[in-house]
This record gives sequence, C-alpha cells and structure tokens, in this order.
Amino acid sequence: MSEHNYTPESKFGKWFNDRLPLLTLSKHLTDYPTPKNLNYWWTFGGILTFCLITQIVTGLILAMHYVAHAGLAFSSVEHIMRNVNYGWLIRYVHANGASMFFLAVYIHIFRSLYYGSYKSPREIIWILGMIIYILMMAAAFMGYVLPWGQMSFWGATVITNLFSAIPLVGESIVTWLWGGYSVDNPTLTRFFSLHYLIPFLILGLVVLHIWALHVPGNNNPIGIDLKKPSKDTVPFHPYIVIKDLFALLLFLIVFAFFVFYSPNILGHADNYIEANPMVTPAHIVPEWYLLPFYAILRSVPDKLLGVIAMFGALFVLIILPWLDTSKTRSAIFRPLYKQFYWFLVIDVLVLGYVGAMPAEGTYLLIARVATAYYFAHFLIILPLLGKKEKALEVPLSITEPILGGSVATSSMKRQKEKI
Amino acid sequence: MNKKFLKFFSLFLFFIFSLSATAAEKTADLLNPGWSFKGFFGKFDRGSLQRGYQVYTEVCAACHSMKHLSYRNLSEPGGPEFSKDQVKIIASQFEVTDGPNDDGEMFVRPARPSDSFVSPYENNKAAAAANGGAYPPDMSVLVKARKGGADYIYSLLLGYDDPPSGVTLDDGVYYNKYMAGNKIKMSNPLEDDLLEYSDGTSATQEQMARDVTTFLAWAAEPHLEQRHKIGFRAIIYLIILSVLVYFSMKKIWSRVESEV
Repeated sequence: MSEHNYTPESKFGKWFNDRLPLLTLSKHLTDYPTPKNLNYWWTFGGILTFCLITQIVTGLILAMHYVAHAGLAFSSVEHIMRNVNYGWLIRYVHANGASMFFLAVYIHIFRSLYYGSYKSPREIIWILGMIIYILMMAAAFMGYVLPWGQMSFWGATVITNLFSAIPLVGESIVTWLWGGYSVDNPTLTRFFSLHYLIPFLILGLVVLHIWALHVPGNNNPIGIDLKKPSKDTVPFHPYIVIKDLFALLLFLIVFAFFVFYSPNILGHADNYIEANPMVTPAHIVPEWYLLPFYAILRSVPDKLLGVIAMFGALFVLIILPWLDTSKTRSAIFRPLYKQFYWFLVIDVLVLGYVGAMPAEGTYLLIARVATAYYFAHFLIILPLLGKKEKALEVPLSITEPILGGSVATSSMKRQKEKI
Repeated sequence: MNKKFLKFFSLFLFFIFSLSATAAEKTADLLNPGWSFKGFFGKFDRGSLQRGYQVYTEVCAACHSMKHLSYRNLSEPGGPEFSKDQVKIIASQFEVTDGPNDDGEMFVRPARPSDSFVSPYENNKAAAAANGGAYPPDMSVLVKARKGGADYIYSLLLGYDDPPSGVTLDDGVYYNKYMAGNKIKMSNPLEDDLLEYSDGTSATQEQMARDVTTFLAWAAEPHLEQRHKIGFRAIIYLIILSVLVYFSMKKIWSRVESEV
C-alpha cells in the first residue's frame, strides 16, 4: 500500500489518517487495479466472504439459544426450530449455509486449479487458502456434531477414532480428544467451544489471504502478468463490486431455494433422531462436502495408511505450487493440462459418489482406482506435464492480444521494457 | 465460458442427482397420496390436521410421545388452528406433575396450553419394557427423521400385509412392506372405523393414515407455511434485485471496452 500517497480532504480525515491510515486502506481497496477480463468464476471470493459473515452472524444468534449438553442439545435445537422467533430460518440458513460455503469454496479452488492461480508469485495466497479450507472442514465437522443427532454422534465417533490409528499414542490421543472413554458430554462441550473459535481464525486468515492477494494482484483468465494500473485493469470499485454483487445475488437465489424449499435435503434423516450410543445407524456417512476424503480414507485397507492417504490428499494440494512445473498459468494455453483438469474434476466427483456408498464390491474398486488417479494427477501427471507439454503462445496483454510466447518470456520482455 | 459453465453445471447436477439416488434405499416404492403441503405454495389442510390430531391422540398417543410440542401449538397459525378455548379444554384433559409447592410437595394438576404434550411413559426404558423391548419413537420430528418423510410414514401405516411364504415372524413382530427388513414391532394401528371423526368424515384406513401423516408433518415442521410464504417473497425479491443490478452492471461496464 506504500504506492498510495493519499491525503484525505477533510481536516479531521487527515488528522485521523495520519494516526491510523484506515482511509488510505479504504482508498487502496476501492482503487485496487483488477484485471478487466475476470470472468464469473472470479466472483466466488466475494461470495465466500459473504458466506463466512453469514455463518458467523447466524451462528452467534444460534449460540444464544443452543445448549451444549448431551442431554439438552437435541431439545434445544428443537426449541430453536419451534419457539425462537424465526429460529427455523436462522438455523436453516446456518445449516444450509455450510453447504453453500463448501459449494462456493470448491468452485473457488477449481477455478484456481484451472487458471493456475496458485503459481508464482501467488503461492502464499494458495497455502493460506488451503489452511482456510482445512479449518472450514474442521468447523463444519464440529458444527454437525452439535445438534447431537445420530449422525452427529456416530460421525464424531468415526472421525475422532481415526486418530487411534497413530502408533503407540493413538488411543491416548483419542481419549484426550473425547475427554473420556467415549464420545459424550465433554466431547460435545469442547466441540462447541472450538466450533465457536474456528470461524474467527478463518476470518483472520481471510484477511491475510486478501492481503497476500493484493501484493501481486489478481490472476486472470489468460494468466499473464499485467501492468497495474493500465488499460488492462479496472478499479475494484465500482466495476468488480457490482459484478460480485450480481453474482452474489444469483448465488443467493440458489441458497434461498435450499433454505426455504428443501432445507433438509443436504442433511441426513438420521440426524433428527436423538443421539443414542446403543444404536448404530445402518450407514454412517459424513456431509456431502467431506465425501471425497471419506472415500480416500476407506479405499485403503489399512487404517493408519488410510488416514495418511486422507491427510496426504490435502497435503498434495498444499504443495501444489511446486508440483506443477509448468510456467504457463492458464489452462487455456495448456491443451493437455486442460484435459487432465477435467479428468480430475470427474475423479473428485466419482470419489464423492463412492464416498456415499457402502465400501464394498465394485464401489470399493472404483474408490481405489479414483484414489490412485487423484494422487497420480498431482504427483506424476503435473510434474511431467510441465516438462513435456508444449504450451500455446499467450498474449502480451488483455487489450492487445499480440502473441508473445510463454508467460515467462512475456514477463521478461516487460522487464526489458522497464529497463 | 458458457460451454464450460454448462459442462461444470451438468457435472454438479449429476453429482447431486447420484447422491439423492443413493438416499433412496430400495424396499418398496413409497405411496404418495399427493400432499397439499408440498411445493412452492404448499399449505396444510386445516381439516386434515385437526382430524390427524384426533387420530394421534386417540391412537398413536397410547404409546408414542411428542415431547417437543406444547398444547398451545395446536392453536398457533399454520397448524391445526384449534381455537384458544378448544386448546384449553384439550390440555385440561391431561394431567401433569408440577411443583414443588410451598410445602415442598409435588402435586398433580390439569395441563395448561403452555405445557408440553404429556408422554405416555415415564422414560424410554419404561416405554421399551411395555412394548416388547423396543420403545416407540418420539413423534415430534418423526417425519424428518425417516427417509421418504411423509410418504414413508403414510406407506408404513398402509403397508401391513400377511408375510410371504418362507418368512417366519416371532411373537409380537409384524410384516410390513415398507419397513426396512420388513419386520416391525408395532401392530397395525389403523383399521376402518377405528374411531369416529368429529367432523363426520368417513374414517377409512387411508383417510386416517393421510390425516395423521399430515399432522405429523406439521408437528415436525410447524413453521412450514410461513417458510413457504417468506421463501416465495424472498426469491421474487432476489430475482428483481438481480435484474436491476444486472442492468446497472451493464451500464457501469459500458465505460470499459470489455465484455462482462
């Protein structure tokens, strides 16, 4: 933000800004030069911010009425649904909001994968994003436990039991997580506490995520470095603001449809049965957004290796900027990568599908193939592709589509121009 | 971009569709009598709710609790909408233990509209002991707690049949086409003219099943009518606002040589 030599007009504004440059910050945010060719896939950052705020606000209100106690939690949720003014609305927005949050984050992540937004110089943005994503999963999982229905209880039992796979100390860690020898009241109260904490951690990381974004600026569909500000960019306000708003409204229509007309379709019927440690549900399934990881976990016959594979699936995403050796960012100019990208999308959807099915027979076989392909994509295909693939020529700028070779050479040319 | 979007969107639809397909576990196809409370403008049939309450209280309530409801709910908008006086009379037919009073004694008094529905058993253990080891589930959210929802409850109530040859049933176990595993511990609760409807409707088995299911659907989702009403307005509002914002966006972006 050092490039701003902004002086507020009013005397008070100047006085204040000299002491705390909030006005400079706001000026930076409104003027922030943004590539003018951003498409609608780029609107999900704004949508995600909206989702986070919605979850925090609705969650705050729910926490005023919810009781974190194994004997009372289920009834307190019904109390919210029946007796709290518009409690049903707040709870359905919060519950479906989690699903919408994940829908948006998956689109956001796959957009980044398609246009190579994780590549240099944006690695830190990507890693921060991945940490946010992991925290989101933790928050969502713990939030799902709070209504203390059957899926809450058994989901919590299955997932926390994963840690028992750790050699030597596994069992002790699980006991420590539970606060006892089974999932019970101490587990519920600590999950509530952490569920309340995590969104604020995410909020902090989102600030860093955006800060890190504002250093190199946005990537764009053709994935080239831009001169900023220039003919290729527009100020964030009003151009991007209005476009993000339009996309957000479309997103809200889908959101509203779920909340008002199918509020329980993304949940599981069993979670309206109060938790009962004596009765195990026929199928224990996590929420839809965790299914691909659940499939990876179950596709490995050994428990410890399964857990390692599941966390490995996240780890390969974190180190992705160094696995992808191609200098060209956007898939538009990478004909082979584009194919593999869509294979990966299908692969993840297949993993999600088999994650919802019983882990046996053909489903298990499909899950194993899909898991193997998932890792092959990141660990074998991407590193090799960067070396073997012949990328198409990329334009030098958005406004003047002159072809100038690879991104590397185009930015080199610009470097020379500067000199 | 449009082509790509369609590709992605169809993949997403396929994903959601396959998920919902997995949700439908195969026993028998559920009956669907056509519910008035489904759809964008779905509302409960008031008469059916009142009759359904009668079936619940005269038949189901002998074994099934409904602890998350209060008698006052019966007069609230969007429900059976009995009058406040009717609800007072309904409540007064039940007895609740209250106290302790100033002498430190618990005492029994007639229920008031603000009281929760009185449960038939003290606790789940007592309920299980009286019902051959399986306690009858609480009915407050039963419709939401079963795959298939209202269709499932309705089908189950009409799904009693003689067991096919080769299926042997223990004492106190009944055959039901729609129950998972086809074995259920509840005997067929409804038969024609089991009760006499106060509004004169003929009490056939189908009619009672339909009425009580409607009542249970309301009990599970008492604000459904309000939800549908607000939802419709919210979506219309969002669509109009989207159109306005779309044209503002076009106008703003017309200053830049670019396509939005």
